[in-house]
Amino acid sequence: MPNAQWRAFLGKRVLALVVLLLVISIGVFSLIHAAPGSAEQMLLSGRRPPSPERVAAIQERYRLNESFLNQYGHWVTRAVRFDFGQSIRTGEDVALALRERAALTVFLGSYAFALIMAFGVPLGVLAAVKRGRGIDRATIALSVVGVSAPAFVTGIFLLYVFAVILGWFPAFGAGEGFFDQLRHLALPAVALALTGLAPIIRYTRTGMLEALDQDYIVFASARGLARRKVLFAYGLRNALIPVVTAGGLILGVMLTGAVLVEVTFSLPGLGALLIESVNFQDVPVVQALAMLTAAMVITVNLLTDILYLFIDPRIRFGKAAS
Amino acid sequence: MSEAAAPLGLAEERIGSGPGLLIGLCWGIVIGVMVLAAFGEWIAPNPSAQDLATGVAGPSAAHWLGTDDLGRDVLARLIVGARTAVLGPVLITLGSALIGTLLGLLAGYVGGLSDSVILRWADLMFALPGQLVAIVVVGVLGGGYFLAVAILIVLSSPYDTRLIRAATLEQRPRAYIEAARVLGLPGRRVAMAHLLPNLVPLIIASVFLGFAYALLALAALSFLGLGVGAGTPDWGRMLAEGRTLLFKNPAAALAPGAMLILTAASMNLVGDWLAERLSDRGRAR
Repeated sequence: MPNAQWRAFLGKRVLALVVLLLVISIGVFSLIHAAPGSAEQMLLSGRRPPSPERVAAIQERYRLNESFLNQYGHWVTRAVRFDFGQSIRTGEDVALALRERAALTVFLGSYAFALIMAFGVPLGVLAAVKRGRGIDRATIALSVVGVSAPAFVTGIFLLYVFAVILGWFPAFGAGEGFFDQLRHLALPAVALALTGLAPIIRYTRTGMLEALDQDYIVFASARGLARRKVLFAYGLRNALIPVVTAGGLILGVMLTGAVLVEVTFSLPGLGALLIESVNFQDVPVVQALAMLTAAMVITVNLLTDILYLFIDPRIRFGKAAS
Repeated sequence: MSEAAAPLGLAEERIGSGPGLLIGLCWGIVIGVMVLAAFGEWIAPNPSAQDLATGVAGPSAAHWLGTDDLGRDVLARLIVGARTAVLGPVLITLGSALIGTLLGLLAGYVGGLSDSVILRWADLMFALPGQLVAIVVVGVLGGGYFLAVAILIVLSSPYDTRLIRAATLEQRPRAYIEAARVLGLPGRRVAMAHLLPNLVPLIIASVFLGFAYALLALAALSFLGLGVGAGTPDWGRMLAEGRTLLFKNPAAALAPGAMLILTAASMNLVGDWLAERLSDRGRAR
């Protein structure tokens, strides 16, 4: 892709990202008015009866006496600096509360992601190579279960089998230190990984089947190259291109999964914080989490698109057939 | 969410030796759950009867799946719980199909400004993880079963909209549409009376394929305490309540979980099978 074209592409996509974030932020801001009761009541609940000073402070903080647009403008300028005010439930600074909870969720997410990649790609390749045989059918059956079994159901089953019956893993707690965490979070991570595994296996399998169908594979085999080399250096390299584009999809699936898994396993991460806050109508915390998630998903979607250009030279140099 | 709308292509990749048998079994499960949803209260008339003296107990002759911490019969709650499991997804898929069909026809047949507005709206919805949006919106608005159903209708409709729009664009240039237009029929009539009937198979397949997604999304909201009210027999809710009883009566959590997976998997396979049969490709076989 020529330089100018590349810049135009990037500019357009970044612009779209900003517009999207603006639209979402209006929606997220509106949440304080969407909650039952007035915005003041909602923001003041928890400390009853509110002192006149507190009422005034809240009105000032959220500019509740001004127009909707002014309120939004004020809120969003603070939000970009990650100032979402104080939690209604705990009175704690929202950014601080999020930081306390983030480590566990990041650990759990990376753990699950590592599992997905470690098992998803090899299983997808295996299914493609042994097409139509037992292992292929087993992975297809697995993907039916994968799309039909949400993380909170698989989580309960894993807990029962591996914590209650076999006693291999602890049933509760997040563990302390790296290796202890690795053991404590094994079941939650597997439950989370299972939700993202099915799409990765399917993408890899489809990509691999397509790649193996190409002339250059036949030619490489005809030249007498080792089967391993043909499969991995020629087949897998090309098969993985569509897998990368599934990055945004996987992230979305895993974010939802993280909420469900943390609740299932009683883990104090960001997902559990979202549910606690939502149940308590702690809107400032919900707003912060919603904005953070939206920004993450949208950015990853953009990054996968860019990455896609980089790994596929045919697209990068504008030589794609279609 | 994006997985809900597209056929998984699983029916085509035959599983095991007898796909006919598997599909038959899936239809059996789907119909069985539907029957429970309709007549569950006749089969198990008193799902909330408490027996605090017994409390939580494992399976026995009196309670086949044991009891939960309030001494309520798990099997009875499981049977009655089929209603909230089925009713919501039926409303969600039909509501979403209705909105999707109207907007999709509008976007695809009329085109122009309505097309770009509808497409932008769909893009916005696609950019977000739908279930998280549902959690946030339903939670902040105060929760409740029918609120959750309404939000999930809104969140799934862009998928149907895009599907119907694409199909409309494909049908539009065909001769029968041209013929109807040449006859001078008004646009609405052409779209509704001539084009729409050709989309019906697609809409049916989409309703079936969306069902499993709706079932699980709704159960997740109930599991998180944002769907059905406390005390309602509902599979998602039972899972949440039975979660702490895994050591005393595992069936209290595992049974509703198994019902969710079985129903969702059956619906997915049935939907796939239908999508293949109803599509042009399937018919040509």
